[in-house]
This record gives sequence, structure tokens and C-alpha cells, in this order.
Amino acid sequence: MTRFAGVAQAVWWRTIHNFATNPAFLLPSIIFPLFFFTAFAGGLSSIENAPGFDFASGYTAFQFVFVLLQASAFGGVFTGFGIAADFESGFARRLLLAAPNRLAILAGYAAAALTRATVVGTLLFAVALATGMQVDGGAVDLFGLVVLALGVSLAATFFAAGVAFRMRTIQAGPAMQMPVFLLLFLAPVYVPLDLLSGWVQGVAQVNPFTALVQAGRDLISGGDVPVLLTAGVVAGLLAFFAVWAVRGLRRAEAAG
Amino acid sequence: MSSPLGAQVGQMARRSILQTLRQPALVVPPVFFPLALLAVNVGGLDAATRLPGFPTDSYLDFAIAIAFVQGALFAMINAGSGLARDVETGFLKRLALTPMQRSALLVGNLAGVLVVALASALIYLAVGFAAGLDVQAGAGGVVVIVALSMSIALGFAALGALVGLQAGSSEAVQGFFPLFFVLLFLSSMSLPRDLIEQDWFRTVATYNPISYLLEGIRSLVIAGWDPEALALAFGFSALFVAVGVLGATRALRTRLVRT
Repeated sequence: MTRFAGVAQAVWWRTIHNFATNPAFLLPSIIFPLFFFTAFAGGLSSIENAPGFDFASGYTAFQFVFVLLQASAFGGVFTGFGIAADFESGFARRLLLAAPNRLAILAGYAAAALTRATVVGTLLFAVALATGMQVDGGAVDLFGLVVLALGVSLAATFFAAGVAFRMRTIQAGPAMQMPVFLLLFLAPVYVPLDLLSGWVQGVAQVNPFTALVQAGRDLISGGDVPVLLTAGVVAGLLAFFAVWAVRGLRRAEAAG
Repeated sequence: MSSPLGAQVGQMARRSILQTLRQPALVVPPVFFPLALLAVNVGGLDAATRLPGFPTDSYLDFAIAIAFVQGALFAMINAGSGLARDVETGFLKRLALTPMQRSALLVGNLAGVLVVALASALIYLAVGFAAGLDVQAGAGGVVVIVALSMSIALGFAALGALVGLQAGSSEAVQGFFPLFFVLLFLSSMSLPRDLIEQDWFRTVATYNPISYLLEGIRSLVIAGWDPEALALAFGFSALFVAVGVLGATRALRTRLVRT
């Protein structure tokens, strides 16, 4: 095993172990997505009767995609919380001293975030199917949805890691959480883009997350997905926030 | 303040208000988050007003009530965290050595939290009116909305005080927030109960007292004067106040025991 892989695997294992054995980390990650899915899909289902709402697979599938991407993004944010906590406890500084390749630390945290997103996404999918969610997309579409969710999780992880590396305190939590929260909720959350109103519609039209959530809904309903736009947005977010995270890591190294 | 109790309450209220105003983290969230959620919901759920049977053609009029109840949830956190911090830092133990009456500490703390809640309520109304809010019950209705929102904030703050004094830990108080947040979402927050399609959700919303708090405020905005909705809203908030104050008083008695 290379030194890079060794460090990444150690960070991944520690993060996943902490996630799985600490109820304070595990339960919010699992319960909150399920709760939001229940509250949105259950409480708002009559919205699909509104004139102009045309989503063939039904409101449960419509909301499932948003909640899946939301859970993926917040999984990344929670990983950022973990990095900040590691800096506060002094563990991260010892890790920086010990690791022969420090980029592997970031890779380890990112791999842990992807593992977490996979676990939560699988559980969410199982619950959604059990409650009668209609899936009209084929296997390739569903694979695309999984890739999309993992891409969102990775981009959010890089963003939150960049903040955590720069601020190195758990008090940076709101700085990780709020931008992601705003990005997610200033998108077509409850209804399609056409049915949004006021300034929220204007913001949603230029919000990159809108393209992703719409692509996810196209995938689950077997519709035509704007592949180039979606791949471009995901690749752009990943590239931008990867640079942000790596530069943050360099700052943390320089801070000693 | 002339009476000793009044002076003690005044001092504790002053301390509570200053403590709150000196920490932006206690002031900004109760104002910003409810307005942010309101803005998102109004833009995102306006299409709901086109559903047959929806009681108004403005989702702002329907959703403004959420801001008041969400603001009350923050009052709960502030009241509970403030008292829990007093337990954690040993302030209550030192207070037990003074002639301070127990009720002064509790009332003073709640008064401080209510000042923030009142300011928040006035800001929600100002923003609402600027965005086109139309209160069917008129100017008197606006006064009752403020009174009801204070009553709800007092109820939640008293429950927060109960948790803060019982647990003696700010983390325990923070841990309670998600529970009430869940109750808020499982209510008639986003749609009228008769328009909720899922039977189980409608049943939960019907048994959920938060629904009646929302519907009390909402009735003044959308319908005018609805005595039943107002009685239920004031009744449930009074119940919260009673449970919270009685429980907090008992917990405080234990905390302030003079040994």
C-alpha cells in the first residue's frame, strides 16, 4: 500500500468509526433526511394537484430527489464539522505532522463522506420504495442519480473542509452550514421551477443546485436529462471546491 | 421598582436582556431564520394557493404565522440555555447565598427573553407588511397577534427554562430544539389540515398542539375574528406556560436549596 493510500485509509476508517459508534453523529445524519422526506412528501403531497404541476412520477419521487441531494450535501457539511473538531482537539495537528502526504488526509475525509452518503442514501431509498415511491427511470438513470448524489456530497465535503481547514474551530459550523442551506433551499424544493414565484424564482434560475435537482428528478422519472449541463455543473463545483479545500489544507499546514 | 420582589425581577430581567443583546448568536437567529424560512416558503409554495379550497390567494398571509412560532422556539432555546449556563457556571449556587427570591430569577429570565421575542415579532410584522401582508382582523387583530405571539413565546420559554433547570446543561436544551422543530413540521405549517392528503399526516397534525398555535395567528390574518381558533391558541399557550412555570419552579427549588 502506498503512503498516500495508507494515510487516506486510516483517516477514512477513523471517521467512519466515529460516525458509526457515536449516536450524536449517527442519528442526526440518518433521522433528519428521513424526517424531511416524511414531512415534505407526506405533508405537501396535495401540491401535485396545483395547476401546472406536471411531474409524472408523483410527489413522493419529486421530493425524494431533493431530500437525497440534501442529505448528500449535509453529509459533506457534517464531515467538515468533524475536521473542525479534530483541529480543536489537537488531533488534526498531530495528523498533519505524522502524514507523509497531507493530501491523503483530505482524500480520507472525502472517502468517509462518500461512504456516509452511500449508507444514508441507501436507507432513504429503501424507505421511499417501502412507502410506495414510483420510479420510472431505468437502471442507467438510477445509476446516474447515485453518481449525482455522490458528486454533490463530494463537492459539499470539499467546501466544508476548506472552511474547516481555514478556521480550525467547531465555531465555524454556521459558516459551513448556512451557505449550503441557502443554496439548497433557494432551488425548486417544493414545486417545479416554473411554479416558483417572486425573487425566489429569479435566484433559483441562476442557482447551480437547480440544475442538479432538476436533473435528479429527470433521472428518477425517466425523462430527458441535460447531460452536458449537469456534468458541467458537477465538474465545475468539484473543481472549484477541490482547489478551495487544497488551498485551505495548505493554510492549515502553514499555521502549524 | 418599589417592592423588593419587583426590584429583584427588574435586576434579573436587566441582566437577561443585556446577556442576550451582548451575544449576536442569541439575537440574530430568532430574527433571521424565521424570516429566511418565510421567504423560501412564500416563493416556493405560492402555487399551493391555487389548490381548490385554499383559504387565501396570498401564501404570505398563510405562512406569516410560522415566523412567530419559530421565533418562540428560539425563545425556548435562549431561556433554557441562559438558565442552564447559570447552573453550569455556579451562578445559581452563589445566588442561593443571597436573599434573592426564586420567582425573581425565573420571572426576570423570562422577561428578558420576552423582550427579544417582542422585538422579533414586531420585525416579522414590519417585514410582512412591507411584503404585502393583509390582516383581515385589522389593527386590533395586529395587537392580538402580538399578544398571542408573546403568549406562545412565554410558553416555549417556560418549557425551555424547565429543561434548562432540570438538566443543568446547555447541550440538553439545544438537544430539545430538534424535537420541537419536528413538531413544527408535523403540523398544519405548510397547508391547511383539510388539504393535507395523507391521512396519517393529517391525524398527527390534528393532535399536534403546534397546529392550533399556528391556526390562531393565521385566523386573524386570513379570516378575521375566529373565537374558536383564538381560544384554542391562547389555551394551548397558557397550558405550556403553566406546565413550564410549575416545572421550572420545582426544578429551581431543587437547584437553589440552601444547605
